[in-house]
Amino acid sequence: METLNYRFEHGRRQLAAMPQLVGVVSSGNLEVLIEAAPLNGACEIEIRTAANGFGATWQAVMSDFHERWQLIDARICINDMGATPAVVSLRLDQAAETMTGGLP
Amino acid sequence: MSSYLECNARERIARVFDTGSFEEFLPPAARVVSPHLAQLDAPVSFDDGVIVGRGLLNGQVVFGAAQEGGFMGGAVGEVHGAKLAGMLQRAVAERAHAVLLLLESGGVRLHEANAGLIAVSEVMRAILEVRAAGIPVVVLIGGSNGCFGGMGIAARCANTIVMSEEGRLAMSGPEVIETAHGVEEFDSRDRALVWRTTGGKHRYLLGDCQMLVADNTDAFRLAALDAIAATQGHAALTLADLEAEHLMLATRLRDFGAAAEPMDIWKTMGIPDPAAIPMLEAHDFTERVQPFRKGAH
Amino acid sequence: MDWQTLASQLFPQGHTVHEHEQFLSGTGTVDGETVAVIGTTGHAPIGIEIALTQATAVLATVRTHPGRPILILVDTQGQRLRHRDEMLGINSYMAHLGKCIDFARRQGHKVIGLVYDQALSGGFITSGLMADACFALPDATIRVMGLPAMARITKVPEERLTELAKVDPVFAPGAGNYLRMGGLQAIWEDDLAARLGQALREADPVDRRRALGFERGGRKLAQPVAEAVSSGAHVLPS
Repeated sequence: METLNYRFEHGRRQLAAMPQLVGVVSSGNLEVLIEAAPLNGACEIEIRTAANGFGATWQAVMSDFHERWQLIDARICINDMGATPAVVSLRLDQAAETMTGGLP
Repeated sequence: MSSYLECNARERIARVFDTGSFEEFLPPAARVVSPHLAQLDAPVSFDDGVIVGRGLLNGQVVFGAAQEGGFMGGAVGEVHGAKLAGMLQRAVAERAHAVLLLLESGGVRLHEANAGLIAVSEVMRAILEVRAAGIPVVVLIGGSNGCFGGMGIAARCANTIVMSEEGRLAMSGPEVIETAHGVEEFDSRDRALVWRTTGGKHRYLLGDCQMLVADNTDAFRLAALDAIAATQGHAALTLADLEAEHLMLATRLRDFGAAAEPMDIWKTMGIPDPAAIPMLEAHDFTERVQPFRKGAH
Repeated sequence: MDWQTLASQLFPQGHTVHEHEQFLSGTGTVDGETVAVIGTTGHAPIGIEIALTQATAVLATVRTHPGRPILILVDTQGQRLRHRDEMLGINSYMAHLGKCIDFARRQGHKVIGLVYDQALSGGFITSGLMADACFALPDATIRVMGLPAMARITKVPEERLTELAKVDPVFAPGAGNYLRMGGLQAIWEDDLAARLGQALREADPVDRRRALGFERGGRKLAQPVAEAVSSGAHVLPS
């Protein structure tokens, strides 16, 4: 297992108050817990993944996510069991959608 | 209409209970994860694979749980089991109208072995406490992992089991049996045999499942409502119940104990054209077998 | 310890326990009181027949001897692994036994479980683990599954499991671990008759195993989690 952390600044979208969970920790899948948190405007993402050595891929996917959504005061926690970047992005988008009521 | 089979646990809860009525206890944001999985390098889940809480079913307060088959096969670990037991205790304390258990589990979570075994036993006793308090306990089984192991035993502690044809209810999985005694004993890859042996229709015929529904969440919801209504006022286990069950099980052993294969049992029951059973839709099936099935409730 | 030796040590005042096809039954005298004895021997695999036979004995006790304490002697290799048992619904037979024991308890029968040799998995869940309290002899083997099979199914290397089994009560088979985790009340090392007498006197119908597991450190989360859920707290007490 590997733990990866990312922090993004300069977002603009607020989250709704209620934490949400999207996805399931099954093979090739992941769960995303998203909640509003006082982080001085930052979006922090912590990933625990069963697939080690993909740091660069995660970095790319997370950066793309932040570019799409630009969330502020958001904490996102992920338990991953080997999901592909496409599935990761899908779940993140689902999570962000439920918390902002909108599209990227 | 949603396939119950294809929904995950959260989706099932959302569709079976009154819309938006379910309040989750110890939700994922509480991050109460398994303390034992990290040392085995296995991922955790924020809800440890089970959602517990309280919602409304046609306006009545019903406590419930749904096991997530996708996470570790829905198997019971320390936290998972404690969430179930705590919910069941709370149902008694708050005089729930009923308890609804959406079960999908391989039984004891091997990664947590001993803790899981004791937890399953605690869940069984807790289910019986709920019944003793006069509160109906209804189990829904329709996920792809079925309801196996200790949870297969726990399920039969409930008042009523509702299954779809796709659901399975048993103790040991076919792979375990094949590993122990060979493919001639039980060919785990013979799906038709697996479902004839452990699937919803066979369990319904034997009398271990009281309602057989189509694979959609509306059907499960309606069956749950019917089951609760039918059990109100006599949820507690009585000596008469146990003796009736004892008679059913003794008779089953006597009448079907020599059967080599489930279809032989269906033939012996007098069901016309038993080979057609697996092909029938839920409603047609239940109608056709009504005069022949056992344990009619 | 074979069941004959066990019975004579448990019941110095006398007993009528006998065996029939790995099923043990009879009565024993403890402090002048008659106790019903029900159990298995020979590392019996629990199939539908022996599960039903045990249930029959429990129901007979409830019907004809109201209030008589019940001692469940456990020696099993777990559920029988046959297609026939699954086809006929072994889970139902086992649940039936468990329900009979629970019912007996509610009717005022004290129920004590004693693992005197082996207790595996399903064979244990509906017998010893349904008692008011379960005990074991020091050499008893209690476990869910053998480590090699566990390694195959979990895909965790057997060496890793073996290593962990040395330090973590979660994996290791054995009475000591189940004691730590609250699954067992105590291990009986000496005067078995005295221990049985004490167990019967102290038998309590409330399930306190989570609290025991917490006090003894073998299950640190079960009790707090169940409490948090049943009391409505959203955050665990630290």
